[in-house]
Amino acid sequence: MRSNKLMAVAVITTLVLAACGSDDASTSDATADTEPPTTEAAAGDACSNTIEDGVLTIATGNPAFFPWVIDDAPESGQGFEAAVALAVGEQMGYSGDSVTWVRTDFDAAIQPGAKDFDFNLQQFSITDERKETVDFSAPYYTANQAIVALNGSSAEGAASIADLKDVKFGAQAGTTSFAFITDVIQPTQDVFAYDDNVGAKAALEANQIDAAVFDLPTALYVSGVEIDGSSVVGQFPAAAGGTTDEFGLLLEKDSPLTPCVNAALQALSESGELAAITNEWLSEFTGAPVISE
Amino acid sequence: MTTPKLSLRAVRKSFGTNTVLDGIDLDVAPGEVITLIGASGSGKSTLLRCSNLLEPIDDGAILFDGDDIAEPGLDADPIRRRIGMVFQSFNLFPHMSVTKNVAIGPRKVLGVDKATANAIAVELLARFGLTDRADAYPDQLSGGQQQRVAIARSLAMGPEVMLLDEITSALDPELVGEVLDVVRGLKADGMTMLFATHEMAFAREISDRVCFLHRGRILEQGSPEQIFGDPQEQRTREFLQRVIDAGRL
Amino acid sequence: MDSQTRREAYEQRQRRRSIVIASASTAVVIATIAVLVPRAPRWDRVKKSFFDGDIFADSFPRLLEAFWLDIKIFAWSVPLIFALSLAIAVSRNTRSPALFPLRAAAVIYTDVFRGIPVILTIFLVGFGVPGLFESRAWSNPLIWGSAALILSYSAYVSEEIRAGIEGVHESQRAAARSLGMTSTQTMASVVLPQALRRIVPPMMNSLVSLQKDVALVSLIGPVEILRQAGLDKSKLANFTPYVAAAVIFLMVTIPCTRLADYLLNRERRRTGATSVS
Repeated sequence: MRSNKLMAVAVITTLVLAACGSDDASTSDATADTEPPTTEAAAGDACSNTIEDGVLTIATGNPAFFPWVIDDAPESGQGFEAAVALAVGEQMGYSGDSVTWVRTDFDAAIQPGAKDFDFNLQQFSITDERKETVDFSAPYYTANQAIVALNGSSAEGAASIADLKDVKFGAQAGTTSFAFITDVIQPTQDVFAYDDNVGAKAALEANQIDAAVFDLPTALYVSGVEIDGSSVVGQFPAAAGGTTDEFGLLLEKDSPLTPCVNAALQALSESGELAAITNEWLSEFTGAPVISE
Repeated sequence: MTTPKLSLRAVRKSFGTNTVLDGIDLDVAPGEVITLIGASGSGKSTLLRCSNLLEPIDDGAILFDGDDIAEPGLDADPIRRRIGMVFQSFNLFPHMSVTKNVAIGPRKVLGVDKATANAIAVELLARFGLTDRADAYPDQLSGGQQQRVAIARSLAMGPEVMLLDEITSALDPELVGEVLDVVRGLKADGMTMLFATHEMAFAREISDRVCFLHRGRILEQGSPEQIFGDPQEQRTREFLQRVIDAGRL
Repeated sequence: MDSQTRREAYEQRQRRRSIVIASASTAVVIATIAVLVPRAPRWDRVKKSFFDGDIFADSFPRLLEAFWLDIKIFAWSVPLIFALSLAIAVSRNTRSPALFPLRAAAVIYTDVFRGIPVILTIFLVGFGVPGLFESRAWSNPLIWGSAALILSYSAYVSEEIRAGIEGVHESQRAAARSLGMTSTQTMASVVLPQALRRIVPPMMNSLVSLQKDVALVSLIGPVEILRQAGLDKSKLANFTPYVAAAVIFLMVTIPCTRLADYLLNRERRRTGATSVS
């Protein structure tokens, strides 16, 4: 009897102390956030709701490619997505040692379920289907689809989608690039699918496909640096009827960090920092011929 | 003096360090039936297997109708068509019917057309009383029946000499008789035969000559009466005594 | 006569008892799964992710159509695998010294292609070889993907055939040669027919394995069932298409394994192997 009462007292005391303790923790963690005046005071607390206390866990692909990340070392902040991620993190109040990076598989990140990161960026296109299982931030980049072909291929000189009907296409499976081919171009020949862009490039060089579709920055890199004797045959603006890729940061569904992340992006956008980053890392963003409908 | 059908001259054969044939000299006249007797390991089987070139000999010569067939590098296939061999464990082809077992030699090797080959098979099977088993498979036959098919298979090739390697040793006693009947028939038809066996009574009945092998040499040879009735060599006597004691003579 | 009936009666009682026990325990297991699994905390999410009925129905026809490509690849690969395996197995079995280069080549071939994972072979052959050709027809990944499968699988199947050949007793060869058959005739008419009958069960295993490995051709471009399931998975953000693909695979592989078992049992019965209870 006595031991029961003792236990009850102990339990209640512990709970009370724990409640006090957590209040203490949250107030002591509220470091000087450089919040723009437009955000609410509550956002400060939301930005601390990371999976690991005091640390922002950012995820990207394995390996992470140029020009999104340079030399597969996102911690360095070199590369478009690395730079954007660190800028967003800084807005949220994390920098230096309080930012860690992890790697995930592209597809695994899109699946429903708990995540081992706070947000993930690897050229995830924002789509309605994906929004059912994960959260997306506001877009941080908008990319057109572009076609890379070997010089002299049947895709060269195409001025409209109709000119591309008989071209043999290939692209990375499951990407908006692939969907663009099957849904918008609708070529007469079967489209080939690859696990990654490396496969699509290998197929181009092996003369198994006439043309591959990538987002524009990747297309410029592939044709400019990786495959000799190839070029960006054309790019498709949104008006051509295809999905224009909008890249967003990917978070767990209904993540408490989403408003915070969006606030950060908005701040970067308004201050011009986002545009500067885009310019710096995607400066090869020179014009490739625009293919209309 | 007719040329011997088959002649072994100073034939030697070893397996590794084990000398199995240690200088065999033997002449087989056409139509002659020679029985080889001796203990296990005395070389009877090996002698037969060398005679149709299944085993290459190490030294000596084998003359078939006067030609040396043991010359190294000689193509043995045409020779083997003319020499038939029947084995202790029958060795029928299990995936073929009885008729096909008998007909396949003429078909594949002699190039005879299917109808003629089958006719040959049918006739031989009838001769050996196996007509009702013509479409059966070897695993459905008794040991005696299988061995008779094996003999028919060999005969279908029209051999000039038959080598019979302890063809009744694997049979149940009551089935031995039907096989020996076939061999009697072969002798009556004048077939030249070299016959290794433990069936002493039969050897006595059917042989023109009996050879006793001991440790790879023909220790003694002579007519059945000589060998069984009055063996000269000590070892021959010992061997025969052991056989008598076992109730096999 | 009496003891026979007594045993029969006993066995009948035993049979009835085992049927009752088996049914009861199966019912208990099924009931337990049916009751407990849905109570697992995240069953709803798992069900939505893996067993979504609408997505299953939506995916299924597409997957079936993509599976047709797998079937085609399988259909033209199998005879070529068999032919190549036979050639290699027979080459390895030659005894004449003049054919040593052939034997050596066969050994090297089997060592190499059994040693490299099929995936590697598909990439190396599927992307590497076509680069040498000008014409599109010859660089087709279906050709080179199939070639990779054929090269890989022949290395295994040839070993199975070789084991079968060596399992045929030497006395069969002795009998055939004694009739005057050449070694080629002996191999073709006597040894191989017996060898091949023996190795049907392990070969069926290889075939079932091939049915699944055909999906690896997807790595070099062609959209067959595995890739199509992946495309659906990415598009619909759901794993149910994989479950649907698995169902389609099982529709084919289960009858094949049952057939293999049947053939194995038939072979055992034919060779008179008895079982001891």
